[in-house]
Amino acid sequence: MRTLEPILAEHPFFAGLDKRHLEVLTGCASNVVFQEGHIIFREGEEANTFYLIREGKVALEIHAAGMGTITIQTLNSGDILGWSWLVPPYRWHFDARAIEATRAIAMDGECLRRKCEQDHDLGYELLKRFAEVITQRLQATRLQLLDVYSTKERHTT
Amino acid sequence: MTMVPSPFRVQQVRHETHDTFTLELEPVKGSDSFAFQAGQFNMLYVFGVGEIPISISSDPTNPRILMHTTREVGTVTKAMGKLRRGDVIGVRGPFGTPWPVEQAEGADVVIVAGGIGLAPLRSALYQMLANRDRYEKIVLLYGTRTPNDILYRRELQRWRSQFDLEVHITVDRAMGGWRSNVGVVTSLIPRAPFDARNSIALVCGPEIMMRFTVLELQRRGVPPSQIYISMERNMKCGTGICGHCQFGPYFVCKDGPVFRYDRVQHLFERREI
Repeated sequence: MRTLEPILAEHPFFAGLDKRHLEVLTGCASNVVFQEGHIIFREGEEANTFYLIREGKVALEIHAAGMGTITIQTLNSGDILGWSWLVPPYRWHFDARAIEATRAIAMDGECLRRKCEQDHDLGYELLKRFAEVITQRLQATRLQLLDVYSTKERHTT
Repeated sequence: MTMVPSPFRVQQVRHETHDTFTLELEPVKGSDSFAFQAGQFNMLYVFGVGEIPISISSDPTNPRILMHTTREVGTVTKAMGKLRRGDVIGVRGPFGTPWPVEQAEGADVVIVAGGIGLAPLRSALYQMLANRDRYEKIVLLYGTRTPNDILYRRELQRWRSQFDLEVHITVDRAMGGWRSNVGVVTSLIPRAPFDARNSIALVCGPEIMMRFTVLELQRRGVPPSQIYISMERNMKCGTGICGHCQFGPYFVCKDGPVFRYDRVQHLFERREI
C-alpha cells in the first residue's frame, strides 16, 4: 500500500527530516482537497490541524466591522498553513479560504503533539521548522506594517 | 548640453493609478529620437515650477518615444500631472549608470520591483524582451501596496500571458475580489523559478524593500556581485558637481543610480549616508 511518506519527504517543510521521524509523522497525515471558495477553517474554531499545501492557493482573511473581508496573506504550493495547533488555547486567529482548488496534506495536531511529547527529538525538529516559518512571517508582517509603498515613499521615479 | 534643458512636447499624459501617471514626450526640435540606456534618468523641468530627476520608463530599443512614470507627491510632480498634450517641458539627460542588461545575457534574470520602482525596470524588461533569445529565464516579481496601485496593468497582463516570461504580483493588502498573492514582495523570492547561482538580479523600490529583498536573494543563493540595485538620492545637477546626491564616496547621479550591490553593501547597511 502506498503511504504519504514520499509526499511528506518531498515537501520543502520536511526536507532533510530523518526517515524514522517521517514514518511517525506519516501516521498523523491525510490527503485533503479543497474546492475553490471552500472555508478551511474559521477564526475562533478549535485548531487541531496544520496543512502542507501541495498545490493551489489559500487566503488568510479577517473580517473587520465596516471594512469587510481583508486578506492578510496568501499561501501557495510549498507553504505551511496554520500553527495555532502548536500553542494553547489551540484556536484559529484567522479564516482560511481556498481561493483556488487546493491539494494539501492535513497533519493531525493532537496526534503530533502526542508524538512530540513521546519523542522530544521529533518535537525539536518540528519546532525548529515552525520557528523558521513563524520568523519569516513575523518579518514579512513587520515589512507590511512599514507600509513602504505609501505616499510617504520618497522614490522619485 | 546636459546642463541646458531641451524642450520636449507632451504627447500624452496617461494616468496609471489614482496618484501616478506616465508622461510621453517627444523633442520639439532636432533629432526625432532620444538615445538612452535602461535604468538612466532625466532631469525634467516644469518651467516656472522646478526641476526633478525621474527615471526613464520607456523602451530603449524604440528611442522615438520617451516616457517617464512618476507619482504626484510634490510641487513639481503635481504641476507635471496637470500638463496636457502639446505643453512643453525641459529635459536634461540622460544621466547615470544603466541596468546591466548586456552583462545578463546567457543568465537567468530576476527582476524585483516595489511600487513605482517598476518604472525604471520596465525599460530593462523591454530591452530584454526585444532580445529574448539572449537570456535564460526572465522572472518579474512585483510588489505594491494594494491592487489599485498596480502600474502598467495592461502590459503586466500581456506579459503574464507570455510563455517566455514569469510574472508574479503581490500586494501588501487586499480586500474583496483580489485573487492573486497577498504578502510582501520578498515572499515571492524563495520559490521563484530561477537558478540562483546563474542569475542576475535587478532590484528597484523603496530602500527598505530593497534591503529585505537583497537579504532574501542572498538567502536563496544569489551572490552579492550578481545583485544590482537602483539608489535614490536628492539629485540636482545630474553630473556629480553639486554634491547633493553624495552616497559615501559616490554621487548617485553619476556613479549610480544603478550600483552593483557588493560595491555599495558597506554603505547600504549604514545609517545616515
